[in-house]
This record gives sequence, C-alpha cells and structure tokens, in this order.
Amino acid sequence: MATLSDIKPTDVQPEAVLSNDEILRYSRHLIMPEVGMQGQQKLKAAKVLCIGAGGLGSPLALYLTAAGVGTLGIVDFDVVDYTNLQRQILHTTADVGRRKLDSAADKLKAINPFLNLRTFDTKLTSANALELFREFDIVADGTDNFPTRYLVNDACVLTGKPNVYGSIFRFEGQASVFATEEGPCYRCLYPEPPPPGLVPSCAEGGVLGILPGLIGVIQATETIKLILGQGDSLAGRLLLVDALDMKFRELKLRKNPDCPACGTHRTITELIDYDQFCGIRGEEAPVYGGDLPVISVEELKKKLDAKADIFILDVREPHEYQICNLKGYLIPLGDLPKRVSELDSSREIVAHCKMGGRSAKAVAFLKQAGFSKVHNLTGGITAWAERIDTKMPKY
Amino acid sequence: MPQIQIPSPLRQYSGKQASVDVPAKTVGEALEGLVSRHPDLKRHLYTEDGKLRAFVNVYVNDEDMRYLQKEATALKDGDTISIVPSIAGG
Repeated sequence: MATLSDIKPTDVQPEAVLSNDEILRYSRHLIMPEVGMQGQQKLKAAKVLCIGAGGLGSPLALYLTAAGVGTLGIVDFDVVDYTNLQRQILHTTADVGRRKLDSAADKLKAINPFLNLRTFDTKLTSANALELFREFDIVADGTDNFPTRYLVNDACVLTGKPNVYGSIFRFEGQASVFATEEGPCYRCLYPEPPPPGLVPSCAEGGVLGILPGLIGVIQATETIKLILGQGDSLAGRLLLVDALDMKFRELKLRKNPDCPACGTHRTITELIDYDQFCGIRGEEAPVYGGDLPVISVEELKKKLDAKADIFILDVREPHEYQICNLKGYLIPLGDLPKRVSELDSSREIVAHCKMGGRSAKAVAFLKQAGFSKVHNLTGGITAWAERIDTKMPKY
Repeated sequence: MPQIQIPSPLRQYSGKQASVDVPAKTVGEALEGLVSRHPDLKRHLYTEDGKLRAFVNVYVNDEDMRYLQKEATALKDGDTISIVPSIAGG
C-alpha cells in the first residue's frame, strides 16, 4: 500500500513542532500509539486540497480541521443557497447568499485557529488544476459532476497526488482512494463517463442529507490514514454504502494495464477538455439532439388565461407533485413509454418537470412517437414559481 | 439462483426492485434475463449495437467481470451480480 509516509521525508519540519496549546488540543490523538507525537506532527505538516465545500466537502473540511491537518485548501466558486442546508453542514441559514468559502472559513477557523486555510475562489479547470495540485500532498474529491471527477483524477495521476474519492446519489455512496503509486485510478474503474442526461444529478434525483456525512467522513478517515501511514487504505477497493439497507460492501479494484491515464501505455499526458470528454457542449445539453419546441411560462399563462385547450403533462414523480403542481396530468418520465396511450396526440400538450430537463426528454420521446403539438415548458415549474405564481413553493 | 443487485439510480426501471433473481448459467444470460423482464433497463445497460455500456460496471461477487471471463463468466447458485454505475453527486 502506498502511503504518504513512503514518499515524504519523515524528518519533522520545524514548523510542524506542536505548541503546548496544540498538545492539549490533540491530547486524544497523542495518547494513541498509531498517532502519537510523530503522527500529529505529520498531520500538522500535511497539506490537503478539498475540491468543493458542499455536501462531501463539509464533513471533510470540518473533521480534517478538527484533527489538526496543518494546511487545508478549498476550491469552490459557489454561493450558499437554501437547498444546500439540508446536508452541507459547514453552512448555516445566516450564510445563505454568502460565498461558500467565506462561510467555510468562519466555521473552520472557529474550530481550529491553528489551521492554515487557503481558499481558491475559482472553478477547477484544466488550466489551473496541475499548478494547484502541486502545492498539496493529497486531494479530496468532493465535486458534484462527471467532468470535474475526470479532471481531478487525471490531474492527480499527472502530479502523483492520491485522490481520496467519494460520490453520492440518493441513498447510495461510493468511496475509494485512487492514483496512489501502485493503485488504480478513477479511469481504471470507469474508463468512460455516462452520456449526459442518462445519470441524474443530485439536483434531479435527490440525496439523503446524511449520506454526504457518511461518505465525507470516510474520505476524511482515508485522508488522515494516508498522512499517518497507518492502516489499510481503500486503494484497490471500492466501498459501496447503501444507507437504506445500511449495508457496506466492498468490491475489488484493479489497476487496468490499458488505462489511458495510469496504464503502461499512457495516452493522457496532459489535461484535456473535460466538458467535451463528457459530452457537454452547452449549459443544457440536449440528450436527443434536434431543436425541441418550447414554450415560456409567460406564454403558457397567457394561453391558459385565454382558455386555450392545453393539456399539461407533468413528468415529475408523484412525491414532487405533492410539493406543488400546475394541476397537470401526472406521468413520471420513466413511465411515459408504457403509458403513452393515455395521451391524445390531437391536443396541444405542454410538458413540464422541475427545471425543464426531464420534460425535454419527454418531448423528444413524444415527437418520435408522432406527437406534433407538444412543447416543453422552459425552466419547468420552478420558472412558474419564480415568474408567475410567486406564492408557489420552490424546491 | 443468481441474484442481480440493482443500484438506486436504475431502480426506477426495474419496478423499484433492489434485487432480481434470474435463472442463468453465465453473467451474459443473467443480464439478458434481467432486461427481458425489465425492458426499460436495456438502454441504460446496453448501447444501441448491443454492447454493455462502458460506464456500467458488472461485478460477480466482489470481482469485476472484466477480469473474469466477462459475459461468459460462469455463475453458480448464490452468486451475486452487482451493477455499479458511476455516480457523481457530492
């Protein structure tokens, strides 16, 4: 198992000497032989870069800070919003509207004033990742999208930094340690990303609020173990967590000799365009191609007020319908193919979902099925709540 | 009978079932049995030309089938097949 202790000098740098205040603070570490004075000094000398200060980044940053990691970098360009608070425990209600980095800095400094916090108010890109990663020992991946996952992986492989990985969806999570010297990387596990739109994001599919807590704490644990050079790391193993059944399973991960990033004949020798690699061209990448007919919430309102004959098709899930609805006819997107006969193709149909993504797929499907008078409601019911009926709840 | 574990992103296409028992002698047969019972799963697991999608990993117990005999990997009673698609949430 490759650990940081193998690649870093074991001599304690003078700046890693602990003050009496620090010795008291880390007492419960110092009395454990697996950490001890030497381990705590390793923690203090360590530089960990956390990508994202969201669901996974929150527990990661909180615990690494409390544990005495000396230098913590955080990359994030986002602002706290209300929908973050159900799981992003770094941020409070009073932080809504603030930069996540400012909110994080307040909490982390309050927990541990000895922390050297370095914040990077930027999107991680192919242009800045290598330079940034070189300044740190370990990278913890708490991002929320495929392009950044591949970017973090490739930049870790290229700079030789371990990638402490965690990922979540609904009730399930994955964790591993990638890109150690002998271990596999993320591309060994997933050589290719899914086509855009096929795997829903947490914003579309939801996520149980405690799940990033579970997975982020596993990432923090693996990070600490790498620094200490203790225990058996998750390198070479993929931990699967199912919170609903509360089952933890692990799968074997092998280093793929043909891996383009870390294999014997590497083809990825520099960072690439990851949006393109993941098939994302614009903000709203159309999944089925072609121009879909759309209607704005204002146009729909005008037509409804004029008593036009419009059939509103709601393709969300029943539990979303309960939150708010436009009194539309509910057929969840996944059921549409087998329930399409319930629809009348001679009527004008306006399909909507929460934001417009799922209903775009529904419209594309219906067009292919021969429906000619079907439109997608741009911005979904969220746009309706923002611009037409401001009393309607947003979620 | 081998059991196929369905991950939550795909359960909406398997009638909400978390696992499906499929009589099969090989991994390939088991997956075919699965998609014939739940046709909506097909386009999520297979490309249009009938190949398993690259971002869908299939494990037999704890071993990646790419390092076994792939779809030809023989199954015995009590084996668990796991479909492990990539997720990216954070």
